[in-house]
Amino acid sequence: MSSSPIVEGAVKPAAPATSATTTLTFGARLRRDWPLILMCVPAMLLLAVFHYLPALGTIIAFQDYNPFAGDTPLDAFLSSEWIGFGNFQYLFETPAFWESVRNTLAITAFQLVFYFPIPILLAILLNSIMSPRLRSFVQSVVYLPHFFSWVLVISLFQMMLGGAGLIAQTARDHGMTAPDFMTNPDTFYFLITSQAIWKDAGWGMIVFLAALAAIDPSLYEASAADGAGRMRRFWHITLPGLRPVIVLLLILRLGDALNVGFEQFFLQREAVGRDAAEVLDTYVYFQGIGVQQWGVGAAAGLVKALVGLLLILGANKVAHKLGEQGIYAKS
Amino acid sequence: MTTAAEFRKPRTPSGRPVWEEKPTLVGQFGKGVVITAVVLSVLVPLWVVVVTSLSSTDTINAAGGYVFLPREFNPSAYVVIFSGGQVTDAVLVSTIVTVIGTAISLTVTVLAAYGLSRAGTLLHRPILFYFLLTFLIYPGMIPSYLVVTGLGLKDNLLALVVPAAVSAFNLVVLRAFFMGIPQELFDSARIDGAGEVRILLRIVLPLSKAVTAVVGLFYAVGYWNTFFNAVLYLDRNDLQPVQRVLQQFILAGQSPSNAGTGVVLPGIGYSAPPNLAIKMAVVVVTLVPALIVYPFVQRHFTKGVIVGAVKG
Repeated sequence: MSSSPIVEGAVKPAAPATSATTTLTFGARLRRDWPLILMCVPAMLLLAVFHYLPALGTIIAFQDYNPFAGDTPLDAFLSSEWIGFGNFQYLFETPAFWESVRNTLAITAFQLVFYFPIPILLAILLNSIMSPRLRSFVQSVVYLPHFFSWVLVISLFQMMLGGAGLIAQTARDHGMTAPDFMTNPDTFYFLITSQAIWKDAGWGMIVFLAALAAIDPSLYEASAADGAGRMRRFWHITLPGLRPVIVLLLILRLGDALNVGFEQFFLQREAVGRDAAEVLDTYVYFQGIGVQQWGVGAAAGLVKALVGLLLILGANKVAHKLGEQGIYAKS
Repeated sequence: MTTAAEFRKPRTPSGRPVWEEKPTLVGQFGKGVVITAVVLSVLVPLWVVVVTSLSSTDTINAAGGYVFLPREFNPSAYVVIFSGGQVTDAVLVSTIVTVIGTAISLTVTVLAAYGLSRAGTLLHRPILFYFLLTFLIYPGMIPSYLVVTGLGLKDNLLALVVPAAVSAFNLVVLRAFFMGIPQELFDSARIDGAGEVRILLRIVLPLSKAVTAVVGLFYAVGYWNTFFNAVLYLDRNDLQPVQRVLQQFILAGQSPSNAGTGVVLPGIGYSAPPNLAIKMAVVVVTLVPALIVYPFVQRHFTKGVIVGAVKG
């Protein structure tokens, strides 16, 4: 976190100003900056209570947490029994847990292959549209589903593809029967991936469009003058221009490997059955809040968070080795 | 997205740079087909939903279900869902949560973003790190549930607001924008005797209306789309937000409680609308706010998102 990598075009203080700040005493700086610090406090408090406190509270993964052991959750926490790695042992011996891990990883892998390239292709396609008006129209339309909730997206899919949906209705009118895509566990991966594509591929395209716009057009012109055809220009100019963004998003995706999204599966778990639709998040929910095995649910959540953290740090390290910038610059 | 350099290049009348080959017919045709398909895949479902929600029983029966071609304008489904009952409650709840939530989130986020926007202030680094760390550390679902219920927020609409009130992502986007404001403005304001609050209200906010509006709309969409927190924290029927109601009606197949059971609608010339039209009307109600705010954000969000996503 050297001189704030977030800032684009931040004004660097001139050298004399910097030395002037460093010579100020702590008290003087506090007197100067306390209003700014105070402004950060409400947000910090909210995060402390609703983000960091629960993150710490994950300790109950090592407890046989019993909410009725005390009058308040804190009381209950203090008087619940410590059982070491008992919850983890239980998890690792439970087939249902491994089933959910398997589903989660399979879905991530599936989406990596079938979802990940779509925004890139879409951006390249859109970038090739010459008419600015058509282009901004298409852009507006494909961004739109990003603002819909999962409930709405799945409802729309249900209405189009479901057993009583528009496609089934049209097929019936012509004396055919259409399969019910919404309840078939065998095609569930295709279903959820197409839902994810429909909802977010257009939005995911934004970064790639920006990367494409940043490519210097004179590169294309020069290579065209040197006789490079369309494909060559794509291969030697467009793709290398996109590479840093692709690597960055791949890393982020890997870090999110265990985070396939909760609502999408929660909403469809019943329709397609647990075998296909149970992912780690739904497992945590049904273990913890469903059957009130708080400790086990927290343990599963902790496993998930730790593995996710390791994945993202590992992927970033690999990116640095490959000479890419990754999510944060090497400090 | 055309750069200045690009404009100076000679172009053919179609807008194509002269050095580029003429597109092949097959290529153009394929491109057209793909783009049309992509656009239609978004627009057709929305069209069908809206048209069906505005259809009468006869039209729906004639079509055998979903209606594609509008024959009439029949708003009775909307009259039914807004004449009291579960859907009306839900729309109220969602509106309240969205308005209050957005106000809280925006206030807190703008304050913190401004507080962190001047490099070199005291504690600037550790506080920024504190916010950025939330990207790496996820709170577990179970402990979050225990904290929220432990604070007595079960069956309280605040449970939909406060746990999601601050997004470090939005904070980073706003901060990046604030930092781009020329420092000379701050200096001169301070020489004129303005305190930080006055600088924020009189200089920074007016200069960053657009990006603040975008962030606010991101928050608003988030609150309007709240679903899972309602599953976790709200048991009472009259507190459910619209997304919950949508789930119950469309995905769980329940019938809207106050709908279509031969109720005479006083004072309106329409007969009671069929269940399907009512369900579609509920769908429209959940998606319309997004459609309304969308045109306003659309112009601005690309830049904001890229600053946040790539540099965050």
